[in-house]
Amino acid sequence: MPARTFIEAIRDTLIDEMRRDESIIVLGEDVGKKGGVFLATDGLWAEFGDDRVIDTPLTESMIVGASIGAAVNGLRPVAEIQFADFIFPAFNQLVSEAARMRYRSNNGYSVPMVVRAPYGGGVHGALYHSQSVEAFFTHVPGLKVVVPSTPYDARGLLRASIRDDDPVLFFEHKKMYRSVRGDVPDTDYVVPLGKAAVTHPGSQMTVIAYGLMAHYALEAADTVAEEDISVEVIDLRTLRPLDKETVLESVRKTGKCLIVYEDNRFGGYGAEVAAIVAEEAFDYLDGPVTRIAGPDVPGVPYNHVLEDWFMVSPEKIATGIRTLAAY
Amino acid sequence: MAVAKGRDTSLGAAVGLTDADLVEMYRYVALARALDERMWILNRAGRIPFVISGQGHEGAQVGIAWAFQRGHDWIAPFYRSIATCLTFGMSPRDIMTAQYATANDPSSGGRQMPGHYGSHEHNLVSVSSPVATQLLHAVGIALAAKIRKSGQVAMTSMGEGSSNQGDVHEGLNFAAIHKLPFVFVVENNGYAISVPAAMQLSVADVAERAAGYGIPGVVVDGADVLACYAAARDAVARARAGEGPSLIEAKVTRLTGHSSDDQQTKYRSEEELAAEKVRDPLPVFRSRLVEAGVLTPEIEERLAAEIKAAVEDATDYAEAQPDPDPATATRYVYAEDVD
Repeated sequence: MPARTFIEAIRDTLIDEMRRDESIIVLGEDVGKKGGVFLATDGLWAEFGDDRVIDTPLTESMIVGASIGAAVNGLRPVAEIQFADFIFPAFNQLVSEAARMRYRSNNGYSVPMVVRAPYGGGVHGALYHSQSVEAFFTHVPGLKVVVPSTPYDARGLLRASIRDDDPVLFFEHKKMYRSVRGDVPDTDYVVPLGKAAVTHPGSQMTVIAYGLMAHYALEAADTVAEEDISVEVIDLRTLRPLDKETVLESVRKTGKCLIVYEDNRFGGYGAEVAAIVAEEAFDYLDGPVTRIAGPDVPGVPYNHVLEDWFMVSPEKIATGIRTLAAY
Repeated sequence: MAVAKGRDTSLGAAVGLTDADLVEMYRYVALARALDERMWILNRAGRIPFVISGQGHEGAQVGIAWAFQRGHDWIAPFYRSIATCLTFGMSPRDIMTAQYATANDPSSGGRQMPGHYGSHEHNLVSVSSPVATQLLHAVGIALAAKIRKSGQVAMTSMGEGSSNQGDVHEGLNFAAIHKLPFVFVVENNGYAISVPAAMQLSVADVAERAAGYGIPGVVVDGADVLACYAAARDAVARARAGEGPSLIEAKVTRLTGHSSDDQQTKYRSEEELAAEKVRDPLPVFRSRLVEAGVLTPEIEERLAAEIKAAVEDATDYAEAQPDPDPATATRYVYAEDVD
């Protein structure tokens, strides 16, 4: 079973899917000859040509809006937004159009489309190359939101997303592109959307995370294990639809719940998870549902000292675990 | 979409249409008007809560839509596109059930406000309320048509106010770069709700902006149905030949308020409104057809009876249809798996 980096898993999957289904096209800024600023689409243009790998002008709304139209007329577009930070010009097309097309047409239309975007901080990207934007979109019925954390899941979830008949936002933490490696089978496996994974079994506390934070949560779980704190880590993998069953089953077992996310704390995705746990597992709770999240400033600052201050780290998570464990 | 051949006068022949085509086009203009007028009566009678109208736009809509191939080409319409949707295959019942938001309203099953038409069966893209978003959908449809070599042409239409949105710039630029089979129609009625075109546009004609994309931009009189048809026919031919997009600006008039919730005398003078009546495409087209001998008293009588019956039927039908069941309101957020 070959080991792949996170970005290799994404690139290989795009190539495999495009070979399998000629209705798949890729479009975005610099995705062609250059192969994307992170090289996620490297080699696609050479193999699939101008018609199926399209360098667009700097027009995020057009990238998404034209993808909606192409999907309506029989294609399966995989659009790339160069950085998640730049997705906001396309917000109207995603929220008012892609998300609502099926509902507002009473199932007359569907939009089978994937929008990939690198997100996340810790890469010296400052305010506009570091954002976590998932909460804006997980709020919207009609959209699916996927955040893989391993090369295996990236491949299986990207396949599922491309084959899905609804619009999927696929957020890839850019710090993981080359730093995370893992085994990726060459088989045609799919990781279904809406299924979380228990990545570290434990008994005293449930730690819920996704993306880069799913790795940091595992590191923190290993650290506190040496202090005899047994933590169960859940990697959500898909944020919408949320795998409530896996979350609630774990919290009902452990009695404590810590939610980790990199985005600003206030109104972040973890707030919804906390509300669900409080409403549906209240009788099992043995401590306050707690969040470890980014601070409420308008962006990740550039200077490395400031960036470290912003970022959630394994150490900060371990501290949160100790505090909740002692409750 | 030429219909049966018959005795052809020079009026239609000048643009390659038969007399039967002209009569059928007139029927769509008159049918759209009659349905529209009925909608206002139903609104004022308290039967339906909201109307957004196409009165004054029908001539341009029918003339332009006539140049596209029904069931093959695509149209992303807007909220005044009643005549466009009728010409492209929706029925009076389809239009009227949308006013009543019935369970079987084919546009949305009663989920959308009236005026937000759409039909996958007829290649009419579902309309939303944020304006100009649909231009990008039509561009994407045209992109898919080019990639799939389907020979389809995609059209979108909107008002001159909507044409100021950023999506229009992004989409025209992309369509022009890739020479997509795309036609952009601006139905310029001079007002964006209450704001006159002079406060919306820095140029006299939206069509001037076509030069910025290196594509043809033409202005046509929206009351001249055949001129609208000819402009669209040329744009469609150009698109199908792989020569790229075109912009058509039809100067139309808005004979009603923006919607049933608008009182346009607050911002338009009685004199202006009276003067605009001469630009009403329905009597203009009718006179032309009568003068050319295409529209005889017998034909007119037949059409009037047909249209009256169609409007009555559509109203009675829509009145009798059930509301959607609230139990269905959670359906079709996502694709439903076959269980």
